[in-house]
Formats: sequence, structure tokens, C-alpha cells
Amino acid sequence: MGPMFKLISQRIALGILLLLAVSILIFAGTEMLPGDLAESILGQSATPEALANIRAELGLNDPAFIRYFQWLGGLLQGDLGTALSNGQDIGPQIGKRLGNTLFLAATAAVIAVPLAIFLGLVAVRYRNRWPDKLISGATLASISLPEFFIGYVLIYFFAVKWRVFPSVATVYDSMSFLEKLNAIALPVIVLTLVVLAHMMRMTRAAILNVMQSAYIETAELKGLSAFKVIARHAFPNSISPIVNVVTINLAYLVVGVVVVEVIFVYPGMGQYLVDHVSKRDVPVVQACGLIFATVYVVLNLIADIVAILSNPRLRHPK
Amino acid sequence: MSNELKYLSERAARGLLNRRSFMGRAAALGATTTFASTMLASAVMAAGPVKGGTLRVGIQGGSSTDSLDPGLSTNATSLQILRMWGEPLLELAEDGGIDPRLASEYEASADAKTWTFKMRSGVTYSNGKSVTAEDVKATIERHAGEESKSGALGLLRGIVSMSTDGDRFILELDTPNADLPYLLADYHLVIQPNGGKDDPTAAIGSGPYILKSHEPGVRHVFEKNPNYWNDDLGHAETVELLVINDDTARVAALQSGQVHMVNRVPPKVASLVGRMGGVKVHSTPSAGHYVFIMHADTAPFDNKDLRLALKYAINREEMVDKILFGNGTAGNDSPINASYPLFSEREQRTYDPEKAAFHFKASGHDGSVLLRTSDNSFPGAPDAAQLFQQSAGAAGITLDIKREPNDGYWSEVWNKQPFCTSYWGGRPTQDAMFSTAYLSSADWNDTRFFNEGFDKMLLAARAELDEGKRKAIYSDMSTIVSDEGGLICPMFNNFIDAVSEGVEGWRTTKGFDLMNNYAPLKMWVTA
Amino acid sequence: MRIPISALMGLILTGGFFLVAIFADFIAPYGMAEVVGDVWEPRSAEHLLGTDNIGRDLLTRLIYGGQTTIFIATLATALSFTLGSILGLSAAVLGGWVDQVISRLVDLLMSIPSLIFALVILSVMPVTVPVLILVMGLLDSTRVYRLSRAVAVDINVMDFVEAAKLRGEKLSWIIFREILPNALSPLVAELGLRFIFAVLFLSTLSFLGLGVQPPASDWGGMVKENKEGIVFGIGAALVPAAAIAILAISVNLVADWVLNKTSDLKGGRGG
Repeated sequence: MGPMFKLISQRIALGILLLLAVSILIFAGTEMLPGDLAESILGQSATPEALANIRAELGLNDPAFIRYFQWLGGLLQGDLGTALSNGQDIGPQIGKRLGNTLFLAATAAVIAVPLAIFLGLVAVRYRNRWPDKLISGATLASISLPEFFIGYVLIYFFAVKWRVFPSVATVYDSMSFLEKLNAIALPVIVLTLVVLAHMMRMTRAAILNVMQSAYIETAELKGLSAFKVIARHAFPNSISPIVNVVTINLAYLVVGVVVVEVIFVYPGMGQYLVDHVSKRDVPVVQACGLIFATVYVVLNLIADIVAILSNPRLRHPK
Repeated sequence: MSNELKYLSERAARGLLNRRSFMGRAAALGATTTFASTMLASAVMAAGPVKGGTLRVGIQGGSSTDSLDPGLSTNATSLQILRMWGEPLLELAEDGGIDPRLASEYEASADAKTWTFKMRSGVTYSNGKSVTAEDVKATIERHAGEESKSGALGLLRGIVSMSTDGDRFILELDTPNADLPYLLADYHLVIQPNGGKDDPTAAIGSGPYILKSHEPGVRHVFEKNPNYWNDDLGHAETVELLVINDDTARVAALQSGQVHMVNRVPPKVASLVGRMGGVKVHSTPSAGHYVFIMHADTAPFDNKDLRLALKYAINREEMVDKILFGNGTAGNDSPINASYPLFSEREQRTYDPEKAAFHFKASGHDGSVLLRTSDNSFPGAPDAAQLFQQSAGAAGITLDIKREPNDGYWSEVWNKQPFCTSYWGGRPTQDAMFSTAYLSSADWNDTRFFNEGFDKMLLAARAELDEGKRKAIYSDMSTIVSDEGGLICPMFNNFIDAVSEGVEGWRTTKGFDLMNNYAPLKMWVTA
Repeated sequence: MRIPISALMGLILTGGFFLVAIFADFIAPYGMAEVVGDVWEPRSAEHLLGTDNIGRDLLTRLIYGGQTTIFIATLATALSFTLGSILGLSAAVLGGWVDQVISRLVDLLMSIPSLIFALVILSVMPVTVPVLILVMGLLDSTRVYRLSRAVAVDINVMDFVEAAKLRGEKLSWIIFREILPNALSPLVAELGLRFIFAVLFLSTLSFLGLGVQPPASDWGGMVKENKEGIVFGIGAALVPAAAIAILAISVNLVADWVLNKTSDLKGGRGG
């Protein structure tokens, strides 16, 4: 495992450098945004004196790079700092939000990933026949509708008309696990519909790619059932592109669901981030941005390692 | 029959009979549905509030950045939170007058410069300490101080000195102000122990409820304060505020029975919500107005003819129809409407493409005029801008519309760009409205209106104690703003709240939406 | 070559959408911003699809909205593919530090949620159509880069590429003559999805108030304008949503037909 170990540690080091670059980029980005925290806090009711008082108290008069390094220093000691806007500690706040986001993403993933792969296998098995076309058409339609549209339509039917699931997905500590699952039913369905098509299409395409290989023909000639050939022989050999698409969609479930959070009033990271971006609350935006970037880097790392492991030519570069 | 019906309605009002069975039995007795529900409603009011239960409110405006500091409370949710745990010295009454709260009585000196407030006795904070006149002094000091970040800072100018004398709080002003009680009824000014100087975000006050769970931008839970002094406020045992910022989601939550009441129903769907069973929509006139504001000192809007051309080029009735869907009234290019105690009618300006074209020509301006807008300047602002574009086009005036991002609109566009859409929530008195935005020295003079005569009239009206004379001065001031100013005010919006039939006790109230945010405190749960 | 029925349908529909978009000014029954009736009128002879949230003809809005949507999405996709695939293929073939620099830069761009990116850039820059196309194209090109690089890396280790290199062919020959033809089909297949993602990204921007300037609107923006009606069963929002779905399916029917073999596809919705 010598070369593999070297490769992986290289990737991890690169990932850390990347995160550092991300933090600078986000900081510079929030600096570029028009307006500042003081103005955003007071909104339309800002008087010049009140503005000046807030700016002084929050240290907004210090140069940008000083504020950046103060933040970075705190972070290295495990302190995410306090939110400028309401003076609360960021750590526990984000922890709660991140927990909610991961709960929603994990529930959606547990349903969507196996379903997508299963539908992909079925589509290959009945290639170019009606099940394949039905699955492709339906998943394409679901991916091409704006999320907020799917969300509102589900609310209309499931919450307003039939009253099966609640339209407000707010979860809190005193709820039992089952109550929580019931609360997030609608957003989970929306997210599943949104990520299903991409993963399913990739599974189908990747397996079809392998299906032309000689060993598949051998397996078929051995008289194995069509489904067994696909599941046992073709699928394992097409795992790398599938893992890639799965990880990219997992990342999406964690970082890209702000619209779903807004519609279903779900207290996740996306809403939290957007609230603080519009208030120019830089420490919180930084912390959220870093967490998102970490999720992305880690998932990407996994995808890359799987890709390398599954392709011998890449495992032993010339 | 009527006796039996009356008996049944009383049982229903006490919650011993559910609404559906009452209506069924009433029908069996030959009563029409309308008659039966009127009967039930009056029985419910007569039976008085039902104590206990959990009341859920779906509310717009909260954000995860919200602070519990009363001075920093600016949105509808933080205001609602203050109403739950805190109390001001005085409060706006339902009819627009002043009710005493923590002050049991108050009086002014003959020149309206010195005001004395007597504290209600025996009132305690939720931590058990007594509310004192010293706390009031400290609260006002904190909001009005040099270091203050409070949204109420602008209201509290002109205080010369404050002192206490036992249970009395005495305040002296540099100029007479007959409207001082209205200023002290401002929602920021809830009385905190030692004025909140120790910990402004502690949420310890003397209000009807105690804050139990606080997740900013998500959910706030309150429990009844067992020692609260006033039996008219706080009927439910528990009140839950759910922050639901998306309009469609908020209405859906009410439709699906997850909350008992919501604020800010989009006007577009108000009639649709009203048609659903089990929900009542309350459309309450307010002093809030949706406006287009020009900087009267910036080219091309420094030309009075151009300002008049634009004022004649807007179709006010169409705006009320298509933007407010009838939930509001036409404006008359002044910030004052019938919601104000000293309002008087003036001649209504109407859409007149010919006059608009005439003034436009007289202004000598050629080319187009750029109007900036965004969804959060007021609901439907981009649509209103497009209607304006159409009606102005008919008068030969080309309006270009630029939609600005919601994010940063109030800091980057409003009060900075010369022509944009905006919103004013109104103030309890004409004096407050004019001093806030039309006085030459006002902080938020967002139309850049500088008129010496107008400024003098404002000060004269403030010191005037004869109501008739005051009314006349205010009417003239509205005419000046309307003819000379940079304000195009096409409409005053109603507050549109919706309440499910599971709660009772709605009363039309001036101030903010949801009965000046007293609906969760004055209404009670029946089912 | 025989064209299967599904692909033929896709071609006809896609062609139809593009034609309607091009000739919108001649086809639309009313002016784009013209208020012609009441709010949310049902279907009638004058208004074939009814009216929208402020009383404009929905069919007219749909036609002009299609023009905006297709124009912006097409150009943004074209930009992202040109930029992304050229950089991706070059990185794969050149390898070494060029690959490292571009790949890590792309990682950097991709690891920040697009939403935050769009928010920052569009708050600073004026929101005009060229800026929108540029921002969408650039953000999306990172996904195309990852895909084309991944595909090309696999092809780059094939024997025929090794042979070409040993023959001493120039870089441009290897990229355009050896690798591109073999990478084309997964790229085309992805093109279909990316085009749809561009349409959706545009609608997300409209949701945030950063999209096309009024009175113009894209289809996603139209869904948003009429969204309040959905929970009351009013169908005005359904029309533009269906238009997006039909466009998506027809474009992808064509893409599916072009796709006969595939490889490593990457990049997701927004992300």
C-alpha cells in the first residue's frame, strides 16, 4: 500500500490547502458584497448615530485582513467565534443546523441511492423496451421541474388536500425519531425526485458501457439469467463512474437544498447561511462555507480513491 | 327553538360541544348556517375567553440572525416576541388612543414639557423582582444613550432630564410635545430590569408569557406567566411561534391545520383563502403605504413638472385592484390617510395621461426615466412597477425598470438611488410620520424634501393644543407634500391576517398586523 | 441511417421550441408586457392558456419566456462546453503541473456552493443578459471540465493514444483527432442534462430575484410569478413548468440517441 498511502496523503494535504483558499475566497467575496452588517441589522430604521455605534462595537472599523486573521486564529484553537448579528456562539448553533441538514440528506440518500441503482439495473435489463423508456422519461421529467414547483405541488396534494403529511417540516429536540421522519416526509420526497434521475441515468449508461465487454458475453453464454449478469458482473465493473455521480449528488443534498428548506421551513444549514449572508455576518458565512467545502472535499476524495482503486491502469501510473 | 339553540351555542362556546355537531343540531332545529354561526360567534364572545391550550402562530419576518435585544428588534417576528415577554409603559389602544400598561396613570404639565408617570403597583418580572420607576429610567437611558444601537433612538431626542420620585417617573423635554405618550408606546421600549443594561438579551420582563425555547428564525415557545397582573391578556397556556417566511408555505400551514393564525397573507390569494372552509381572513386598514419615491433635489427629479407628470401618470385605482386586490385604499401622494386621528380629506389626484403629457413636455426632459425596484421593497413591487410603466407609456413617458437584488436593497438602493419603490409602515401620529421622513433634518428624508415653511408648520402643530387648528395645519402640510414633494403614493395597504376557526376573540385593532401583534395574547383556543 | 421514433419526436419538439423562440415576435398574440385581462383568468378563446398573475396573456408570456430561456441556456451551455472541454482535455493530455493547477482551481470554484457564488457576483455586477450568460457558463464549465478530464484520462492511457504520442504527433492532433472523437458521446449525453440544469439554474436565480429583468421573464421565473396559485389548485404555474419538462425530455431524447457508449460522467444539479 506504499504508493496508495502516498497518493491519499497527498490528496488530504491538497484538500487542506484548498480549504484555506476557500476561506480566503469567501472572506473576500463577503467583503465585496454591498452594504455592511450594521446597515443590515437596522434595515430601514438605521440612523447615522446608531450605525456608527454598531460599527464600533462590532469592530467593523478594523481593516479586513486583521479581521480575517483574528478569525483564522480562533478557528485553529477550535473556536468558531460568535455571530456578529445576535451575539450567540456559532459552534452550537451550526452544530444543530448541520445535524438537521445531515439528517435530511441521509434520509433522502437512503431512499434515493438504492432506488436509483435498482431502477438503473431494471432499465438496462429491459433496455429500449417500455420499462426502460418509462423510467427514463419519468426521471427526466422529475429532474427538469424546478424544485420549488415540485415542493408546492406536493404540499397542495399531501398537506392541504389529503392531510397525509405536514407542510411545515420544522424539527426540534423534543420530537421522537418517528415524529421527525413524519415531519420531513415531503422534503425527502422532493429531494429524492431531484437527485434520482442523474444517478439512475449514470448507472444505466455506465453498465451499458460494460455490457459490450467480452466477459459479459461469456457470462451470458454460461446461461446465467440476464439480471444476474447485470447485477453480478456488469455492475461491479462500472462502479467508479456511479460512485462519482452518487457523491456529487450527496454533496448536493448537503449544500444545495436551500430552496427546499425555505419551502418546507426546515431549519438546516442552507437557510442559516443565506440569512447570515444577507446580514453580512462574516464569521458565520465563513464557518458555513468551510463546512460546505469540507463536505465537498471529503466526498470528492472518496470518489477519486474509488476511481483509482477500480482502474488498474490508474493505480500504477507510468 | 331559539332557547334550545341558545343553550346549544353556549355549550359550544364553552367547548362542551364541537363546532360541527353544533352546526348540525342547529340545522336540525331549522336555523340557517349563517344565523347559526353568527349565534355561535356572539355566544363565544359572551362566554368569554377559554383559558389553556396551545396556540400556534405562523409568522413572517424572522431570521436566524435575530437578537433578543429589544433595541435591535426590527422585524415582525422579533416584535411579536417582545409582545410576549415584555411590556412598555404605555400601549396603543385598539382604537388608536393610548392605554396605560406599566404606568397606571400619567399627566403632562400645562406646557406639555414635563411628563409624570405613576408606576402600577405590585407588578413583578418573571425573575420575581419588582418593576420600579428606576427600571423605566434605565430603559430609556439605554435606548437614548450616546452608545445606543436602538431602533428607538430617533424617537427619543429632545429629552432634557429624567428623574424618579418613589413610584413616579418624571421626564422633561426641551420643546413641548403633546404626542409623547405615543412615542413611549413604541414597541422597542419594553421595560427591563435595570433597563437591560446588564444583559439586554435576557428576555426577562413583566409580560404575560415567559420565553421557554428560542431558536431564532425557526421556532419560539412561550409559557403563561403565572404571576401576570392583567387577566385580559394571555389566554392560552402555551404559545408557539413558527417562523414561516415563504408566503405560500405559510398559507399552506394554515390550510392544513398546523397553525391557528398567520400574518401577511399575499393580497393575491386573500380571497382564495377566504373561500376555504374553516378559515377567516381579516383585512384591516393600516397607515402602511406602498410608494414610489423620487429625490426632489436630484436631476431629473429636481424639476417640479417632471414630478407632477409622474404623479399624474400613475393609475392608483388599478394598483389597488391589481396589486392589493382591493385590500387597501388609493393614496393621494401624501403619507397620511384616514388611519390618523387628525386626518382630513383633500381633493383626490387621479390618473390623467393628458395632464401627465402636458407636465412632461413642460419639464423639458427627454428620454426615459429609470425606476429601481425589488420584491422586498413591498410585496408585488416589480408588478406595480410594470403597471406604472404601462400607464406612463400611455402618456408618452418611457419608464425603464431595473430589478435590484432583494439582498441589500434597503442599504444600497433605498435612500440612495433617486427613484425607487419603497414601503412605509406608517406612524401612530402625523407628527411622528412627518418628523420621521419629511422634515428637512429628518434622518430618513428619503424624498430629499427640503421646505422651510413645512418645517415651521410642523413645529407649530406640535405645540398647538387646539385640535381643530392642528388638524388644519396638518391638512395644509399634506397638500404641500402632495404638490411639491417627491412622493408618489398610489396606495395604502391593508394588513391581511388569516385565522382558523379553532381560535376566537378577533378584534379590529390599529397599529401593526395580527391585532397590533396582540392576537396571540387576546385570542383563545376553542378546538 | 434510420432514426428511431423517440429520437424523431425529440428532434421535432426541440426544433419546434427553437423555431417558436426565434419567431416569437411574429407568433405571440399580444405584447409581452401588455395587461389584457383580469388576474388568473381561465382558458378562453381570446386567451388560449388563460392569464397570469397580473392579467397578461399566458400564451404570449410563454412564447417570450421561451425565447429568453432558450437563448440564455443555449449560450451558457455553449460557453461552458467550449471552455470546460478544451481545458479538461488539455489537462488530461498534458498532465503534470498544468493538470494540477487547473484541477485544483476548479476544485476551489466547485467547493463553494453556486448559490453563494451567484449571490456575490450578481450583487456586484449589473444583472444583464450577457452577465447572466457569462456567470452561468463559467460556473457550469467547472462541471464540464471534471467530466471531460475524467473521460480523457481514461482514454489517454489507451494504447492508440500511446502510439500517437510515440509517433510524435502534436498536442492539438492528440486532443482533437485521438481523444475528442472517443470522448464525444459521453460529452453529448451530458450536454442534454447540462442544458436543462442551465434552465433550472436560471429559474433558481429568478427565485432569488437575481434573474432576468422584468417585464421579461424566463420560464422558471414564470413558475415563480404564479406560484401562489398552486396551493389553491390554480394551474397558471403548471404551464411554464410543463414547458420546461417537455423541453427537457425532448432535448434528452435527442441526446440519448446520440449516446451509444459512455464513460465517466460527473457534475450535478447546481451543487
